[in-house]
Amino acid sequence: MSNMLIDESTTFIVQGITGREAVNLTRECLDYGSKIVGGVTPGRRGREVHGVPVYDSVAQLVEAEGSVPDGSVVTVPPTFTRDAVFEAIEAGIKLIVIVTERIPRYDVAQMVELAQLRGARIIGPNCLGIIRPGVAKMGGIGGPAKDAAKAYKPGIVGVMSRSGGMTTEISSTLSAAGLGVSTAVSIGGDAIIGSTYAELMPLFEADEQTQAIVIYTEPGGRMEAELAKWVTENDSRLPIVAFMAGRFMDAMPGMSFGHAGTIVEGKADTAAEKIARLSEAGITVAEEIAEIPALVQAKLGKEVAA
Amino acid sequence: MRFFEYESRAVLAREKIPVADGGLARTPDEAADIAASVGGPVVLKSQVLTGGRMKAGGVKFADTPEEAREAAEAILALEINGHMPRGVLVGAKAPIAQEYYAGVIYDGIRKLPTFVFSDMGGIDIEEVAEQHPDHIGRGHFSTVLPHMDFRAKDVIASVGITGSDLNRLTPILSKLAALFVKYDMTLAEINPLAKLEDGTFMAVDAHMDMENEARPRQKELLEELGVADEETREAREPTEFEIEGERIDAVDHRGVAGNVTEFDGNLGLVIGAGGGSLTLFDAVQKHGGKPANYCEIGGNPSVSKACNLTKLVLSKPGVDKIAVMMSIVSNTRVDIVARGVIKACVELGYDPAEKIAIFRIPGAWEDEGFKILSKYGVEYCDRSVSMHEAARRAVEKVAA
Repeated sequence: MSNMLIDESTTFIVQGITGREAVNLTRECLDYGSKIVGGVTPGRRGREVHGVPVYDSVAQLVEAEGSVPDGSVVTVPPTFTRDAVFEAIEAGIKLIVIVTERIPRYDVAQMVELAQLRGARIIGPNCLGIIRPGVAKMGGIGGPAKDAAKAYKPGIVGVMSRSGGMTTEISSTLSAAGLGVSTAVSIGGDAIIGSTYAELMPLFEADEQTQAIVIYTEPGGRMEAELAKWVTENDSRLPIVAFMAGRFMDAMPGMSFGHAGTIVEGKADTAAEKIARLSEAGITVAEEIAEIPALVQAKLGKEVAA
Repeated sequence: MRFFEYESRAVLAREKIPVADGGLARTPDEAADIAASVGGPVVLKSQVLTGGRMKAGGVKFADTPEEAREAAEAILALEINGHMPRGVLVGAKAPIAQEYYAGVIYDGIRKLPTFVFSDMGGIDIEEVAEQHPDHIGRGHFSTVLPHMDFRAKDVIASVGITGSDLNRLTPILSKLAALFVKYDMTLAEINPLAKLEDGTFMAVDAHMDMENEARPRQKELLEELGVADEETREAREPTEFEIEGERIDAVDHRGVAGNVTEFDGNLGLVIGAGGGSLTLFDAVQKHGGKPANYCEIGGNPSVSKACNLTKLVLSKPGVDKIAVMMSIVSNTRVDIVARGVIKACVELGYDPAEKIAIFRIPGAWEDEGFKILSKYGVEYCDRSVSMHEAARRAVEKVAA
């Protein structure tokens, strides 16, 4: 599998494939050129979803296919997500995109801990997945293939976002400006997620196509501080531009907006504090989405000059 | 979801962590009765879901049942930070030798639950962390391996505690971690955890938060505590406008009209989804606009849900115009939202072209949506107009 999470040869499965949203997601990914080798819904063995064979279990699928797929997109109800993710990890799958939202935090912590123990990576939960424009997508990110093609043009900027929808808005803006997107990752909006900005940075760092990073951030959590620390401690070649939404929340502590992890509980959670942390680390914080391409250009220009 | 102190104490007792004698009183007479059964001096504490109750006069002491009655009367009538008390907690005033802090929270970076322990209890733990970092012990524990006491022991020992204190504190912190996991808490703390003069330990005050997502599977505990499904326990009580917003969302399962929150401005917002709404609300304020509300539509809402939400916003006193805006959509259909918002205007007797300051939802089915909007003369834009620019145009129209 590619260093940058997915490439044209990446094979994956969809757990919960017979659900309404999962059927759409399967269609979208196949149309985009992704290789979906099977799906799992307990009790539905023998069916097909857009030509993709359905099995009762991941183990059954692995046996029938004769190999362990590279990844799994998990889109089952919150009550069953932990079981499905454990099943995928124990079958040897190394990349798991969890689409499901409203999963209790303890379950998320368990899934993430098991993934760490087994050397697997989780993206999400509460995310839309990964897209490498023009190559493959894994998850509902960007929507139907023709819409995804419109918003995501191949290019040089890596995008990471706590909001699925804003991943597309930002990528569309970068694409319209001619910069394009190398890989975009919807990392998820929960308080605990499988892969944070700082944890994905080394992948972008190693990806030759990526020349700059844009992140979308929100109040709540310590993920931005972790990124600022990573940037300060590592001599990254990649300039970063950030956009911070939810600034109004600083005046409303204890109230949750946007995503499950988006809440101001302490000073470090506020937009103001995060903007300060990011700026100190040399990350430019954009005031508006529309400014982002010019800020990326300016940083790239400066990097080249230096 | 936040618990009252009396509920948190009940959870501790359920898990065999010792708590001071006492109970919740809803009237001054009940307070006197509890004080009489406790016998001896008591402390009376207002049961509110907000901080600063000591400073506000929500905590009083009493030596006799009669004094307890008077103290309870004063506390029950006292509003703190806009909250009226649920009742007054009457507890035995135990002779304390030393105060400790015991807590369990999540560490979002390590992605594990974490013990926090200090031998400086009774004050704000953030303050201890800043001024006396050597008096705080921390340590993560596994969510996959079986729960073990030694993790708690290591944390307590790390602040220099040994002897029988260590052996008595370990099961308390360990049980606190176990209940944190068992009941899907995001915070469980005992502060202070008191060492009494006889050398035993007892929880004097406790604070717990349960994750909202876990409420369905924690029904048994919630029923036992008497927490009703409709109690949101948010930082502030929901307004009528917000309750109606929730009703509109609940009656139709198609799509989401979530997080409807009231503000006092003149520009109504029909916005979505999670990240888009955060961005757009900021954008309106940045351009000097005064939002009348916040909301998050998404997940492909039906015409009727979009219509009912729009009607709610339009009917709010002081709302001059509405702005209908989202980031690029791939699941939600532009034409369906367009139909819903226009229907709401027409049914309320308004001209959509007049009431809708701007419609900026690019994405799925946008051509069909834009056709409908142009038929009604509503100003709309596609993705070439940024979210901030759309917000600016809306603000300009309301001001004009």
